[in-house]
Amino acid sequence: MKIHEYQAKELLKGYGIPIQDGVTIEDAAQAEAAVDQVNAELGAEQYVIKAQIHAGGRGKGGGVKFSTSREKALENIQNILGMTLITHQTGAEGRLVKKVMVAEALDIKQEFYAAITLDRAKGMDTFMVSSEGGMEIEEVAKTSPEKIVKEAIVPGFGLRSFQARNLALALGLEGAAAKQAVGMFQKLYKLYRELDCSIVEINPLIVTEQGDLVALDAKINFDDNALYLHKDVAEMRDLDEEDPSEVEAGKFDLNYIKLDGSVGCMVNGAGLAMATMDIIKQVGGSPANFLDVGGGANVETVKNGFRIILSDPNVKAVLINIFGGIVRCDRIANGIIEAVKVLDLNVPVVVRLAGTNAEIAKELLANSDVDLISADSFEDAAIKVVEAAAGN
Amino acid sequence: MSILVNKDSKIIVQGITGSEGSFHAAQCLEYGGNVVGGVTPGKGGQTALEGAVPVFNSCQEARKKVGANVSLIFVPPPFAADAIMEAAAAGIELIVCITEGIPVAQMVEVKAFVETTGSRFIGPNCPGILTPDEAKVGIMPGFIAKKGTVGLISKSGTLTYEAAHQLGEEGLGQSTCIGIGGDPIIGTTMLDLLKMFEADPETEAIVMIGEIGGSMEIEAAQYAKDNVSKPVIGFIAGQTAPPGRRMGHAGAIVSGADESAAAKKKLMAACGIIVVESPADIGRTVKEALNK
Repeated sequence: MKIHEYQAKELLKGYGIPIQDGVTIEDAAQAEAAVDQVNAELGAEQYVIKAQIHAGGRGKGGGVKFSTSREKALENIQNILGMTLITHQTGAEGRLVKKVMVAEALDIKQEFYAAITLDRAKGMDTFMVSSEGGMEIEEVAKTSPEKIVKEAIVPGFGLRSFQARNLALALGLEGAAAKQAVGMFQKLYKLYRELDCSIVEINPLIVTEQGDLVALDAKINFDDNALYLHKDVAEMRDLDEEDPSEVEAGKFDLNYIKLDGSVGCMVNGAGLAMATMDIIKQVGGSPANFLDVGGGANVETVKNGFRIILSDPNVKAVLINIFGGIVRCDRIANGIIEAVKVLDLNVPVVVRLAGTNAEIAKELLANSDVDLISADSFEDAAIKVVEAAAGN
Repeated sequence: MSILVNKDSKIIVQGITGSEGSFHAAQCLEYGGNVVGGVTPGKGGQTALEGAVPVFNSCQEARKKVGANVSLIFVPPPFAADAIMEAAAAGIELIVCITEGIPVAQMVEVKAFVETTGSRFIGPNCPGILTPDEAKVGIMPGFIAKKGTVGLISKSGTLTYEAAHQLGEEGLGQSTCIGIGGDPIIGTTMLDLLKMFEADPETEAIVMIGEIGGSMEIEAAQYAKDNVSKPVIGFIAGQTAPPGRRMGHAGAIVSGADESAAAKKKLMAACGIIVVESPADIGRTVKEALNK
């Protein structure tokens, strides 16, 4: 799960980590009050207006504006709130900005990068810093990997003081700033571990002209498996930032991800679902979605799956690919027949069922009065559905 | 021969009194596996599977009383990490955890804990292990596999069934099928199993079915280059997956350029792995490799 910058900063603040503070608003009518509050409470006379969306690259896309005066700040709020922000992470359609953070402007002396995430290969969390703050870390990793310094965190031991000191030294910090960094890095790891984060990224982490270390931006993602342990974190979820059909699918425990092709897919199992998308592409089509109906597929899941796939107007044909293991294909077949009857389908549907009771299922489908295209093999199914989509 | 489990494995099921646990324990028993008991804290002294096996309060007790050496875990996510560690501490040699949805941070600690014991751990969030005609320790339907000479390693459940099905159509069977799970932290990697299949005299070819995300396929391929004499056939699911999106499995997410399907396939091919482009060609490709 992702959260906004302003929410991430609230969490950092709660752990005693210095942040670039501000006030977040949803309505342009609150603009003056917000700017005045930042002025009164934080002593700011210059401001940064920051679009709050779940995507990186906001600055380059025009969603972050430095404002030298109250008037400029108000003008920038009007411009950013309600704009459609396009960044390299939003796709071409962009994202509507529904919230802006009115932040204090700080005098930046140095910019660093700091992040914690899981190193899957090592099976350990990794704390990494880089002197190249403000840049995309993937870019730094490619062009100058030696500038990224890492400390692996041994499970159960936390980020030790010596490790935090090593990281501070790697950034060239000395004296009071180094001491601040050590405290900050240990608090950051505590937050990461206690809240079951999958990534905590501070980019940039700055040293101000006054010599203070401050998180100027913050990105935090959480492990979905652990949200049951953190009700308050789960409440920070912003459904406006997610695709409505994906949210709808989640209510029925269906794993759905919308893509931009024309062939809808309904598959059991994540690996087979991905492989189904792959083969559709290989035979010249383009998948409209990823949909894993899971191990317990039944009439209801098939019906809901259909509804969600068909809510996408780009879908020109649907492929159902089920490999019955524990799931019995005859039950799936009954689900398909029932769903087709109630849903008033206007696109061709290709069905490939294999595994447990597949023969009985094929008979059921053949003897029903619903209009389906039956396929024998994986490849046959893909070819048929791509043809059907092209002809529709 | 086979790897990991055979007809002599003494299997216990942790969570045997739950609905998932009892259903699948019965299936494992029916397949012919040597299920010797179950563990549910607080229910020791009862029996399960219609009186067929005893239930113990702890893994330690099960180890002592019936000599269990394999444990299959169906405990719900909040208690699963503890269940895995309990099995490892009791000296259970092979632990297979089916449970889906265990927090990753807990798995980081579990993995480190298990490594301090001598146990081998498979999963979590996996379909388990099947050695055809001998033992099933997991949820794979028994009929999908036949005894044979192909070692099957996969991150995915139904794609394993698909691969076994395609092998069957070519007249090929499996020595052992293992679903290792698609979570970011798993107990046993592709590399670990590749080494075991290479050492197993019954296995003649090895199929590795991977996914986007992580680097374990590459690690295995690099090892295979100089150390594996048997043909290795590889497939990577998710070439159409958009970066940054979790495709079902928690670990199936492209978070760096090297984790994409295209990048993995390229590196695998460079290491001499026979890379299958279409998921429909897995069976055919193995057959060709064995006929060479």
